[in-house]
Amino acid sequence: MELDSYEHLDATFAALADPTRRAILARLRAGEATVSELAEPFAMSQPAISKHLKVLERAGLISRGRDAQRRPCRLEARPLKEATDWLENYRDFWQESYQRLDALLDELKERP
Amino acid sequence: MTLSVEALGDTEIIMIRPFDAPRHLLWAALTDPSLVPRWLGAQGWQIVRCEIDLRVGGAWRFVSAGPGGALMAHGGIYREIVAEARLVFTESYDDQWVAGESLTTQILDEHAGRTTLTTVIRYSSREVRDVALRSPMERGVGEGFSRLDTVLANLTP
Repeated sequence: MELDSYEHLDATFAALADPTRRAILARLRAGEATVSELAEPFAMSQPAISKHLKVLERAGLISRGRDAQRRPCRLEARPLKEATDWLENYRDFWQESYQRLDALLDELKERP
Repeated sequence: MTLSVEALGDTEIIMIRPFDAPRHLLWAALTDPSLVPRWLGAQGWQIVRCEIDLRVGGAWRFVSAGPGGALMAHGGIYREIVAEARLVFTESYDDQWVAGESLTTQILDEHAGRTTLTTVIRYSSREVRDVALRSPMERGVGEGFSRLDTVLANLTP
């Protein structure tokens, strides 16, 4: 991965670290929604929700529609997929490393 | 040899993997800077600098070279050392590959010449840990080790 990707992942994980933002993403799974629709289920003002949406938008997790009045929010799946891919790497890492460790231990056992 | 991977509490992952070797050899492979580069690292990457100051408060730092000359470095501090039995250290990546600092505890248990390595990794947040567990980690790793057993069986003289 390039350094840009690491920064991207960092933004993804930071955005996912907040329960309100995760709830917003869960809601957007069902389809696009406006700020007022998103604010409804939370005991939060629209400006507070807008602040969370900005973090999600910067992380590339959502996009906003062009309609100036409504600006509906949409879920963007790609950064979430990148976060999952990173963990595939994590899994492969231990898989491959422990295989080499097995071979090394066999060799050490043979030493006098 | 099977690897088990499970969630522990809110922020931890526990991995258990048996090795067909006595614990003093496994300990050497985990802590000797001339041995660690022989096995630790992702495919296509090689540890080119391995520094281990094996005492409580001592630092460790590994620099790896990868495809296209890319460099990646991570390191931390040893928090607890019980020779051949228990190793606790912090870990963080220069490039923020993993968000924040994690704490790893490794426990070695030997029975009849076989040593079980239990690794507990505490992540910086529940979110980072949970994303880790959503991947089909356990199944994939298990399949990899089944193939390894075949390879090892063929190598035994």
